[in-house]
Amino acid sequence: MYVLMAIFFLVVAGCEALAIRWQLIKPGNDFLNPDTFNKFFTMHGTTMVFFMGMPILIGIANYVVPLQLGAHDMAFPRVNAFGFWTTLFGGCLAYFSFFVPGGPPAVGWFAYAPLTETTFSPKSGVDFWALGLLVSGVGTIAAGVNFVATILTMRCPGMTLTKLPFFCWTMLWTSLQILVAIPPLTAALIMVEFDRVLGAQFFNPQNGGSAYLWQHLFWFFGHPEVYILILPAFGMITEVVPVFSRKVLFGYEFMAAATMGIVFISMGVWAHHMFAAGMSRTLDMYFAAASLLVSIPTGIKFFNWLATMYGGRLWMASPMLFAVGFLAMFVLGGLTGIMLASAPFDLQVSDSYFVVGHFHWVLIGGTVFGVFAGIHYWFPKVTGRMLSERLAKWQFWLLLIGFILTFGPMHVSGLLGMPRRIFTYQADRPWQLWNQLSSLGAMIQAPSYLLFVINIGWSLRYGRPAGDDPWDAWTLEWATTSPPPSYNFSETPTVRSRRPLWDVKHPDDPDWKYE
Amino acid sequence: MPKLILLAAAASQALDVSTLSPASPPAESIRFLFIVVTAAAAFILAIVWGVLFYSLLKFRRPRLLKDGLPTTEPPQVYGSLPIEVAWTVAPGLIVFLLTLVIVRTEFQVHVREQQQPESAKILNVTVIGHQWWWEYVIERDGQRKPGVVTANELHIPASTAEQPRPIYLNLRSADVCHSFWIPRLAGKTDLIPGRNKNEMWFATRETGLYVGQCAEYCGTQHAHMLLRVYVESEAEFQAWLANETKPAVDDPSVRNGKQIFLTESCVKCHTIRGTPAQGAFGPNLTHLAARETFAGCMIPLTRDNLRKWIRDPQEIKVGCLMPAFGLSEQKIDWITDYLMSLK
Repeated sequence: MYVLMAIFFLVVAGCEALAIRWQLIKPGNDFLNPDTFNKFFTMHGTTMVFFMGMPILIGIANYVVPLQLGAHDMAFPRVNAFGFWTTLFGGCLAYFSFFVPGGPPAVGWFAYAPLTETTFSPKSGVDFWALGLLVSGVGTIAAGVNFVATILTMRCPGMTLTKLPFFCWTMLWTSLQILVAIPPLTAALIMVEFDRVLGAQFFNPQNGGSAYLWQHLFWFFGHPEVYILILPAFGMITEVVPVFSRKVLFGYEFMAAATMGIVFISMGVWAHHMFAAGMSRTLDMYFAAASLLVSIPTGIKFFNWLATMYGGRLWMASPMLFAVGFLAMFVLGGLTGIMLASAPFDLQVSDSYFVVGHFHWVLIGGTVFGVFAGIHYWFPKVTGRMLSERLAKWQFWLLLIGFILTFGPMHVSGLLGMPRRIFTYQADRPWQLWNQLSSLGAMIQAPSYLLFVINIGWSLRYGRPAGDDPWDAWTLEWATTSPPPSYNFSETPTVRSRRPLWDVKHPDDPDWKYE
Repeated sequence: MPKLILLAAAASQALDVSTLSPASPPAESIRFLFIVVTAAAAFILAIVWGVLFYSLLKFRRPRLLKDGLPTTEPPQVYGSLPIEVAWTVAPGLIVFLLTLVIVRTEFQVHVREQQQPESAKILNVTVIGHQWWWEYVIERDGQRKPGVVTANELHIPASTAEQPRPIYLNLRSADVCHSFWIPRLAGKTDLIPGRNKNEMWFATRETGLYVGQCAEYCGTQHAHMLLRVYVESEAEFQAWLANETKPAVDDPSVRNGKQIFLTESCVKCHTIRGTPAQGAFGPNLTHLAARETFAGCMIPLTRDNLRKWIRDPQEIKVGCLMPAFGLSEQKIDWITDYLMSLK
């Protein structure tokens, strides 16, 4: 249900994105009026982060984590349901703003104060936005608590934390990060509502409030949030790459430590979104250096994935295809991230299309490719049927080409001085060509998502039966039937290593001898 | 004065707004940093892609063995401490070196650390961001008090080797967050309400027109909060400054327009120095006709455009904060004539 809801919101936010791209196809276009454009980019960002990105990851994890642990279900099934319904309710609340006077908010998903104060946004769109996020945040926290409890207490006999399947390991840390990052956002949203409804002045500089405070609170949530969106994708890639390389994961301990490193460092780098806001030179340098540090654990992960593939026997089925797409693309997004972390360079490109290019590159080249790898990998387990490889390959190549064409040129238009969040631009600016390329890319990307939805529908009915273990994989979810029975396992499994099924398949050379 | 530039007609000859063609020291330092970081990134990318594509070509499972056919597993390698340490330390070194370059650049682009030669004549300008236009308060040369108040189009002197003229901007906001960005001159700096110490600087040797725009989303017409900076020779700049310092032109032949301007609501928002019009909400119009554009640099200043604007600003720039006043065509004509006389 989580995943279906996420796919629904993906379609909605995707349509908003297409409208935005169509508006920017030529200078002075009047396809959307300024207010509509501003509302669309606000809702596009909000939806993709809160009602598509996190739910799809949480949804997949809800299914996979108990299976990988050898557990019967999540620790708190009712909390699980509560989390889902509050998230959905939050999404509905935010979208209900389309039906109120003034329509949806036009303040950007970052909602910088004091633009969100009643002086500048008198209509109720911002209220629906803030309350929708607040409610869905409660659902996310519920999910986070549930994952932590499940992973810490419901592992099957023999599965110590050092033998945890890697996806579970990333979900554990993602959940801990959710528990640290979402509450400040909730607090900040409540403060906004206090300002708007009760006449408080937290963010109103005219009355002694601080516009700066909002930015710090928001990014203290907003930066860890990007790792909440990417770590589970890292986990999925780490499951897929070894299986389709036919090799054990290279350097499990370092990969695990790198995950922790990323989580800890990411908590201390939020203000790199604020270099242009005029912090002190000292703060700039601290946040630049700290942000650069994130590249070290991420680099460790990359080299370990590559080392896992090196010398393996690569089977390029659809999950691996998306995983390789992830490896090839995400590295580029990481490198533009290093560029953005270089504080003085950020002064030129922050709030320009370079940033738009960068984070879409990371979120699509990272999260979306990772999620597709995960969905293609686990679909047979969930449904008992294989996805069509042919459709999956079409989907992959359309996505790859469309994605490069959409977000590559944005880096150029950003370097050429194009700011983001503008509904139009002057004819005398040199940006038209690059915008046309981006818009063309979006038109190529869109059918790729459509193919994905078609593939799911078609394969549910006509897909080849999968069997219990179609990929010849090694973690516990493949030990039970596809789809699994209720309570997942007929008898609780016991493990001695990180790859229990490898031990079963190779009794002469089991993993536990080496770990 | 620079030659009149028609915005619409300039489409064939695009204005340069590239961050990569800097014309001022801060922008130049940043481009240097860009080159260093890009080189480092390209180096890392080459390694990762190299290994990735080599593995894809070399270790791809042969098609014959696809699905079902028995195959042996490749050797299982569980990890290696020396290798892991190596690829932890190597990126660490790259990060350390990059940090050194970043720190150096940081010192070059920020105002307070800039060592100016003794002969430098600093020009201080206070920039105030409004929804959706720019207000400039230019300090009288050498005196720390406000001189000229103008809007949207900023004129500054070029910096020469003999006479360095760094421009220091003090950035403030009257309403929401904005960001001042002229890519060829310097990186952007935000204007944040309630925070009056944000600063930036540049000094440019090439005369000419530099454009940019607000880079922080600030509401409906954020896209049309444009910037034009005219860099002129010292003499041209002094002439411009002298003209701006004069009180408004008082031409008896446009007295009707002046009368209407002063009796209608115009005075609530606009200032025309030397008249009772002292409004501070909208742009200062004392020397409006000396500008090439208006409405946040969006529209070329012609009599016709100005007439249309006064009749109904919302038709040209929907959502802008100036309403249509429903004046008769005759009154609009008179006001336009008056405003066009304010050279």
